[in-house]
Amino acid sequence: MHEFSLVQALLARVEAEAASHGASAVHGMSVRIGTLAGVEQSLFASAYEVCRRGTVCEHAPLEITSVAARYACRACGREVAQGEVLECPACGSPARLVEGDEIILDRVELEVA
Amino acid sequence: MCVDCGCGDTEIVSVELHDEILAVNNRTAQHNREHFDEHKLLSVNLMGSPGAGKTALLEGTAFAFTGHGRLGALAGDLATDNDARRLLDAGIVAVPINTGSACHLDAEMVHRALHHFPLEGLDYLFIENVGNLVCPAVYDLGQSLNVVALSVTEGEDKPLKYPFMFRKADAVVLTKVDLLPHLRVSVAAIEDSLARVLPEPLLFKVSAHTGEGLEEWAAWLEARRAAAVEVPQSARDDTLAALV
Repeated sequence: MHEFSLVQALLARVEAEAASHGASAVHGMSVRIGTLAGVEQSLFASAYEVCRRGTVCEHAPLEITSVAARYACRACGREVAQGEVLECPACGSPARLVEGDEIILDRVELEVA
Repeated sequence: MCVDCGCGDTEIVSVELHDEILAVNNRTAQHNREHFDEHKLLSVNLMGSPGAGKTALLEGTAFAFTGHGRLGALAGDLATDNDARRLLDAGIVAVPINTGSACHLDAEMVHRALHHFPLEGLDYLFIENVGNLVCPAVYDLGQSLNVVALSVTEGEDKPLKYPFMFRKADAVVLTKVDLLPHLRVSVAAIEDSLARVLPEPLLFKVSAHTGEGLEEWAAWLEARRAAAVEVPQSARDDTLAALV
């Protein structure tokens, strides 16, 4: 259950950003989480509900964009479906994860004077 | 002030960041990596379920390196220093990191432990993570290699159930293989599961009890150490990419 510590890292980052802009409140934020990031998105959202109380993010809704895992051949770029053996069906080279492991803060909406 | 009319009202601005949420952890991990580089040692983040045989694997590894490699270990556990004491008995320089209720190690916990840890003269540093197949995979500690210990009794489809753990493994060590004659477990089925979550899987089949497979495992570590000393691990493209 590491989602709480991830949310604390998120809040610390957003609070620092708000302070650097002299913002009086945060009105929202968008994060991007890959399905292979090892993060349970519903737990992340619940942890955010608990942790945002009493912070500058108290009234800021959290938007989570889920990114599906996608593999492609390292050599020829052909897609390899998730669940298959992770090598290219055409050329036999190993696949690599193209996206789906990210835990990214994309955007914050700040109220500034 | 409102830019349209100067009325003094507040306005909402959208700030694009695209930052890693774990940026602070990743920077501390990079700092740890620089320490490891300075001491020319190979650092390994050893992960696996509770009871997978992580500590026994390290005891066996110490035996395999007798006379030609100096080993250190940070032993992460919720409570007790039992693992660290076992490792000390096996001749490994070891200290416990008690995480309390935390289910994983992070870079800061490792960094604090390093303040009191004699890295001088070591060739290998193992960071034995908390027994858990989920959370430890999320946190970079500064290691050169991720290794997952998987025991033969855990089920052939374990890699499919925990893909985010296994997909990061530089090697998987299948432990307790001396039990295979007593089990209905297919090693080929484990290898197939692994190949579906990890490109180019590397699997060592080891028994810390009989010593089977330990030499191959130790030879691989030795080769990886030689490679790691050649190229500073803190300057690798993949470690730098995580800091952006």
